[in-house]
Amino acid sequence: MKAIQNIGLVIFLIGLAVFAAVPVLGTYKLDQNTFDEIVKEKNIKSDVFIQAINQNVVSKDFNGMLSLSPAISSALDAANSQHRKNKEYKKVIYTSGHDMAALVGKKSGAGFIAQNKGLMWFLTFGLGIIGALMFILPNVVLLGKKGIKNDGIYHESATNKGWIAWMVFVFLVSFYLVLYFRPEFAVNWTFLVDPISQSLSGNPAGHWFVYGFMYCVVMTVMAVRMYIKYRHNVYQMVRTTSVLFFQIVFAFLIPEIMVRLQMPYYDFKNAFPLDYDFFFQWNLKSLLDSGGIGLFILVWGVVLTLVIVPVMVYFFGKRWYCSWVCGCGGLAETLGDPYRQHSSKSLFSWKVERWLIHGVLLFAVVMTGMTLYSFFTESGTVLGIKTQSVQNTYSLLIGAIFAGVIGTGFYPIFGNRVWCRFGCPLAAYLGFVQRFKSRFRITTNGGQCISCGNCSTYCEQGIDVRAYAQKGENIVRSSCVGCGVCSAVCPRGVLKLENGPEQGRINPTEVLLGNDVDLMELVNKK
Amino acid sequence: MEHIVIIGNGISGVTVARHIRKLSDKKITIVSAETNYFFSRTALMYVYMGHMKFEHTQPYENWFWKKNRIELLKGFVTSVNHEDKTLILAEGKELTYDKLIIATGSKPNKFGWPGQDLKGVQGLYSKQDLDQIEENAPNKEVCNRAVIVGGGLIGIELAEMLRSRKIPVTFLVRENSFWNGVLPSGESEMINEHILEHHIDLKLETNLVEILSDENGRAKAITTDKGETIECNVVGLTAGVTPNIDFLKESGIELGRGVKVNRLLETNIKDIYAIGDCAEQHEGIGNRRPIEAVWYTGRMMGETLAQTICGNPREYSPGHWFNSAKFLDIEYQTYGWVFSERSKKEHENHFHWRHASEKICITVAYDKDSKKFLGINTFGIRMRHEMFDRWLTEERNIDYVMEYVKDANFDPEFYSHYEEEILSKYNSVMKTNLSPKKKSWKRIFNKSPKSQPMRHS
Repeated sequence: MKAIQNIGLVIFLIGLAVFAAVPVLGTYKLDQNTFDEIVKEKNIKSDVFIQAINQNVVSKDFNGMLSLSPAISSALDAANSQHRKNKEYKKVIYTSGHDMAALVGKKSGAGFIAQNKGLMWFLTFGLGIIGALMFILPNVVLLGKKGIKNDGIYHESATNKGWIAWMVFVFLVSFYLVLYFRPEFAVNWTFLVDPISQSLSGNPAGHWFVYGFMYCVVMTVMAVRMYIKYRHNVYQMVRTTSVLFFQIVFAFLIPEIMVRLQMPYYDFKNAFPLDYDFFFQWNLKSLLDSGGIGLFILVWGVVLTLVIVPVMVYFFGKRWYCSWVCGCGGLAETLGDPYRQHSSKSLFSWKVERWLIHGVLLFAVVMTGMTLYSFFTESGTVLGIKTQSVQNTYSLLIGAIFAGVIGTGFYPIFGNRVWCRFGCPLAAYLGFVQRFKSRFRITTNGGQCISCGNCSTYCEQGIDVRAYAQKGENIVRSSCVGCGVCSAVCPRGVLKLENGPEQGRINPTEVLLGNDVDLMELVNKK
Repeated sequence: MEHIVIIGNGISGVTVARHIRKLSDKKITIVSAETNYFFSRTALMYVYMGHMKFEHTQPYENWFWKKNRIELLKGFVTSVNHEDKTLILAEGKELTYDKLIIATGSKPNKFGWPGQDLKGVQGLYSKQDLDQIEENAPNKEVCNRAVIVGGGLIGIELAEMLRSRKIPVTFLVRENSFWNGVLPSGESEMINEHILEHHIDLKLETNLVEILSDENGRAKAITTDKGETIECNVVGLTAGVTPNIDFLKESGIELGRGVKVNRLLETNIKDIYAIGDCAEQHEGIGNRRPIEAVWYTGRMMGETLAQTICGNPREYSPGHWFNSAKFLDIEYQTYGWVFSERSKKEHENHFHWRHASEKICITVAYDKDSKKFLGINTFGIRMRHEMFDRWLTEERNIDYVMEYVKDANFDPEFYSHYEEEILSKYNSVMKTNLSPKKKSWKRIFNKSPKSQPMRHS
C-alpha cells in the first residue's frame, strides 16, 4: 500500500513537472492568413504594428513563448507610443501586449504540443490524476478504522508550513500570477484542453477554460480524499458532494453549454457581490442584447442576491452558500482541507478580518453604485472619479490579487479560507444576515467541553470555537461558514450545527450546565 | 487589597481566578511550576499525536492574564506556613497571601512496583510527562514496544497516542474486562473488541510484577503475574491518580488521600481552601466519590468557590452527574448514574442495546420497581446534555425517556438514527408498546420553569 502511494507520488510529480514546463516550451509560427484574420477580428488600425509583425513575426519560427512574447509586446509598445506621439489616437491598440501575445500564440501554436493534444493532456492532467489517486486511495486501508484522521498533521512538512508547504505556495502563487497577468504563458495549457472545450462550447479553449477545467479536476480528486478522511462523518460527505456538483454542473458545464447555444456565459450560482462585474456596463449590455435569456439572468441575478441568499441564510445559515454551493468554498474545502489549521485564531486577526472584509464589501457596493449611476446617466465619471478606473482597481486588487493570488496561493501558509474570511464581500453580506437574523447556530452541548482546542485548531475561519464552547455558549458568528469540522473533530460530542428557533440562540453563560442550579441562575442572568 | 493566591494553574485554579476577577477587584496570583500558562490537560495526547501544537492547548491568549490582572508566578511551592500566611517556594522565595486556594491536581499512582523509577517509566499527566514521552518514544525505531499498566481512561489514551506512531503496545489490565469497574459488561466488552481492532496487545487479568533494568538504569522489560516477560523500552504507569499534596504534609492542613474540605470547600484552616482533583470531601456527595478527579468537577468547584471568596458563601453542590471520554474512535458520554455490575445496587436494572455491526451501544439504568430513569451511557451516539439533565430533574421514568429519546440525539446532521431500532428492542425486552416521538424543537427549548435539582444529602 505504501509502495503504491510512493509510485503514485512519483507519477503525480512527473505530471506536475510536465505541466510546469509546458508554458515555456513549444513552437509558434504565425502565417500571413492567420495574422490577417487577427487584424480583422481585433479591428487593428495600427499600420505600424501590422508592418512590424509582418516583418518580424509572420512566417518565422519562434521557439517558446519566451521568444514570441517580447516580439509581440515590443512591436505593440513601439506602435502605440508612436501613435500617441503623433496624436493618432484612433490607431492606438488597447489590448495589452500579454493578451496580444496570448492571442497570437493561440493561433500560431505549432509543433509537438499543439499537434499532440491528447498525449500532452495525458502527460499532464492524466498523470496528475492517476498519480494523485494512487496516493490518495490506499488511505482507505492505511488510515485504518473510520474516525478522526489528524495524526501527524503537525509533524508533516506539507501540513506544518515546512519546505513542501512553501514549494506548494510558490507553485500556486506562480500559477495565479500567470493566469491573471501573463496569459500568453498559459497558451500551451489551452491546447491540452482544446478538445474538451470544443466538445462543450464548440470553441477552442482560452486560459480561463483551463482554469475552470483544472478547478473541477482538482476538486474531484481532492473530494475523493475528503470522502476517505471524513468517512465517519456523513455531513462532510454530503457537503463535499454538493460543492462538487455545483462546481462541475453550475460553474463549469452550464456556462459552456450556454455559449454553444448562443446564450451569454453565466454561472447561475455566482451571486453578486462575489460576482462583482455582474452590473458592469459590458455585462448589462450583453445581457440586454441576449433577449429572453439575458433578461432572465438579469432578474435571476438580482433576485438571487436580494431574496434567495438572505432567505436561505435565515433558514440554514450562510453555510448553504459558502460550504455547500460556492466554488471558492468548494476549492477551500477540498484542495484546502489539509491546510485548514493554519488560520490564525488571535483576537488581533479577528479585528483585521472585520475591517478588511467589511471594507471590501463597502468597496464593492460603492463601485457598483458608481457603475449603475454611470450606466443610467451615461456618464463615465461620478463626482469627478472615473468609474472605469475604480472598476479596474477593484478587478486588480480584489478580483485578481486578493481572491486569486492570496486567496488560493497562500493556502499552505495562512490556511484555506483567507479570501472567504478576509475578503469576500458576499460572505460579509451573508455574515450580517447570519449574525442578526438566522436560525443557524452551533450548539454547545451543556457542560461537556474539555477545552482541548481541536475545534479552534481546525476552524478554517479562524473562529476561536473553544472560547464559546468552554463557556457553554452557542457559537453565533458572522464568519462561520458551517463546514462542520469543529463538530467532526470534537472528541466529546460537544458541538452540533443546527437550525432552530431564534429564541435562545445566543445564550451567554458563565457557570455551565451540571453545576448548582441556583448558582447557574444567579451568575448567568444578564 | 486582599491577596488571593492559587496554587496550580489547571482548570480548577484558573476557573476560580477568572470568576473572582469577574466578581471583585482582589489581587490574584496563580503559582505553578508546571507551565507558564494554563493549558488543557486533556489535550496533551493530541500534541503527541500531531493533531495540535502545544500552544493550541492553551485556551487563552497570553495577553489575557495581564489584561485581567491575574498574576502568573512560575514557582514550586515547597511548604505552607498558615500562621504567617506565607508560602515557601523552591528557590527560597516567599509569598504571602490573605486567602489560599490549593488546586494542585493529581499525580500518577505508583504502587511500589520494583523498577517504577527507572528511566523510560512514566505516567501521562503533566506537561513534563508529555515532554518525556516525546523523548522516550519519538518513533517505533527508538521505542520497539511500550507496556501500559492500568486499564483506565489515561491508559487507553496513552495506547492511542503510541499507536499513532505505529509503536507496538501491550496493555496490562487488572480486571477481566476493560474498565468494567465503571462500565457495564456489554460496553466494556465492546471496548475490548475495539482495543484489539487497533492492534493493541490487550492482556486482561494481568498485573505488573517488576520492571527490569538494563545496565544504564533504563527499563528493558517487565514481568507479569502470569509469568511472562515482555521486552519494552517504555512503561506507562496509568493505574489511576492520587492528589498531588506531598508538600502539605507538615502544614497542619488536614489531609486524607487529598486535602480534606467541607461543602464550602474550606479546609480545617481558616482562609485556606482546596478545589479540583486534590480536594477530598469528608463524605461523597450523593453517589459521587469524595475525591472527584474529573475536568468538569474541577471547573464546578472553581465556579462555586469564587462566590464564597467574594462574600457570597456557596456550598459545592453539583447537579446531575455527567462525564465523557473517548476510547480510540468511540465517543462515550454518560448522564446520571449507570453502575457496572460490580458496583451497582440491587434495585438498579439495565436496558442495553448494541448495533449489529457498528461500535455503537447504549445502556440505560432504571429503578426496577418504580421504573425511574437513573442514567444513560452512550457509545458512538452523541446526546444532548440539557435533555438528560432535565429528565433527571423531572424524575422521568424510563418509558418516557425512551419515547422521547429523539429529542436528545445530538449527532451531526445526516447521521443514521437508531431510535427506532433501540425502541423495538426495548419493547421486546420490556414488554412495552412504545413508539418514538418525533423530535420537537419546542420540547427541546422549553425550559421547564423552576426545575429544581435533586439534592443529595
